[in-house]
Amino acid sequence: MSTLLDTALAAPSRLGAVGVTVGYGGDPVVSDLTFDVPDGKVTTIIGPNGCGKSTLLRTMARLLKPSSGHVRLDGEPIGAMATKAVSQRMALLPQSPLSPEGLLVRDLVGRGRHPHQRWFAQWSPADEQAVGSAMRMTDTLHLADRAIEQLSGGQRQRAWIAMTLAQDTDLVLLDEPTTYLDLAHQVEVLDLVTRLNRERGRTIALVLHDLHLAARYRDVIVVMKDGAIVAQGDPAAIFTPELLLDVFGLRADVLADPRTGLPIVVPLSADRD
Amino acid sequence: MSIVGLRSSPRTAVAPLRVGPVSWRVPLRAASVSVVGAALLFVLFVLDLALGDVEIPFGTTLSTLFGGGDGGSQFIINQLRLPQTTVALLVGASLGLSGALCQTFARNPLASPDILGVTQGAGAGAVALIVLSGGSGYGGGLVSGTLQTLGLPLAAFAGGLGTALLLYALSWRRGIDGQRLVLVGIGIGAALMAVTDWLLVRARIQDAASAQVWLNGSLSSRGWDHAKPVMLTLAVLVPLSVLLVRHLNALQLGDDSARVLGVRLQTTQLLVLVTAVGLAAVSVSAVGPLGFVALVVPQVALRLTGGSRPPLLASMVLGGVLVVGADLVTRVVLPFVVPAGVVTAALGAPYLIWLLVRVNRKVP
Repeated sequence: MSTLLDTALAAPSRLGAVGVTVGYGGDPVVSDLTFDVPDGKVTTIIGPNGCGKSTLLRTMARLLKPSSGHVRLDGEPIGAMATKAVSQRMALLPQSPLSPEGLLVRDLVGRGRHPHQRWFAQWSPADEQAVGSAMRMTDTLHLADRAIEQLSGGQRQRAWIAMTLAQDTDLVLLDEPTTYLDLAHQVEVLDLVTRLNRERGRTIALVLHDLHLAARYRDVIVVMKDGAIVAQGDPAAIFTPELLLDVFGLRADVLADPRTGLPIVVPLSADRD
Repeated sequence: MSIVGLRSSPRTAVAPLRVGPVSWRVPLRAASVSVVGAALLFVLFVLDLALGDVEIPFGTTLSTLFGGGDGGSQFIINQLRLPQTTVALLVGASLGLSGALCQTFARNPLASPDILGVTQGAGAGAVALIVLSGGSGYGGGLVSGTLQTLGLPLAAFAGGLGTALLLYALSWRRGIDGQRLVLVGIGIGAALMAVTDWLLVRARIQDAASAQVWLNGSLSSRGWDHAKPVMLTLAVLVPLSVLLVRHLNALQLGDDSARVLGVRLQTTQLLVLVTAVGLAAVSVSAVGPLGFVALVVPQVALRLTGGSRPPLLASMVLGGVLVVGADLVTRVVLPFVVPAGVVTAALGAPYLIWLLVRVNRKVP
């Protein structure tokens, strides 16, 4: 485990947390945490409810201010950077963004161009191209003229991801992008995330709820418990019955998928063994 | 690229406008609503100048407006009627813009300066000035001179801004929630009405009468003294609104999304709030609280233009239409004298009830 951790730390990283302590006024949710997002990879943060995974992601995106420590982006402390400069380098899809009634999908995606626009230049050819490209990537072109409230959950989430992509940043953070979606749409969203990484070379960090899905998709898994990182590395090495019991309080077997070798988590129910 | 070009349905078509480094998207439906609204506004404006105790033909009115006409029509139009109609136009535009900004800021169609207590705050500030300074001078008369051009707008602005900041402080919980803002605003508004009543009770009778006429929201006998502060405020705050529009679009997606998109949240919210308050307060100082204009007009504009938030330009134009129309109704159509505020309230109150029913139904 420690060698894996060392490998992850040694990887080049534009974005990272350095000794970050952060909370919402009371006790800190995350304490003295150091963590680097490896460039060019998909990093998935998992952990039980309240472990601080969304708090960590929001702190990295400068939505929360750490009480001590700092987040660095391209070697600079993010707190000292201009909001606009940060927004040109890093995008985040929040857990529950507001979808204003009557907003068309193409206008929603267009709003992702905000960091690149000025008051007199609000629809440059570059904007138009980035919006078109984001919509093609997410397969939302045919929804362009629909209002967002008319979409299904999966379509809506794809539209929001398109908006995040239109921001055209190498770093993309996603806060529980699969919540409230049914399984087929969860897989669809995560496939899209994988393609973004593989085809467009985006560095992605996301918070996920679902262990099964996390195990099957990600390059790097980060496991959090009580505001600290307890394990970090390759899914096959991370998912062990011991860790699942320790972190999630879940008694489970871990099998290897015969086709891919990726771990499959099989929960054990109390009355069957 | 068809997704953004003219080929989409007429309901949602957008034309890209590009000249050198300048590039904009012009939503065609909103643009046509503004153009048609402006034409209607022009007709109402000229009618408001032409009609009255002395009727002047439409053509004569037009030529008089542009420097022609005989001495009589020049006096009636340029001296008597033009100032009042101009005040109506400017106040309508200010209230429309103020309401559109408030509703976008709060992400709630009920949020407007009159519901949020800002109008009442501006009213209390202005009444305090009238009553405490004894500024009416003579019984029942209107405040005039320096007090009108400078004192009243400043007192109203101070009252309105103080109210807005109090509202912001009381309803801010890690962000602004529209429902909470509206509820706190209604409370503050009620308290300020009580303050105004208390001021009126302890005032000299002629000051109280002067304040009361003004509190009904009246356009009658408004002159250039009343128009100037509104004109100046619009000259400053309309360009500011143009700068703020794109941030409003980002703000609509939630506080987190806005910040991720590079909006400086607190600064932007404060600028939007100050702009909305400034416009509402200067309107209140010119004509008193004209009920419901800022509430109704942006929502009507939104329904006409489509889209996800009240359009700023169309709201200004339709605000002008409503208030100039109200002036016309009170002066010409009705057989008895009614303050314009009563007319706008009579139109606006049923709409408010409809809106409340609709908003309640949507919340599961």
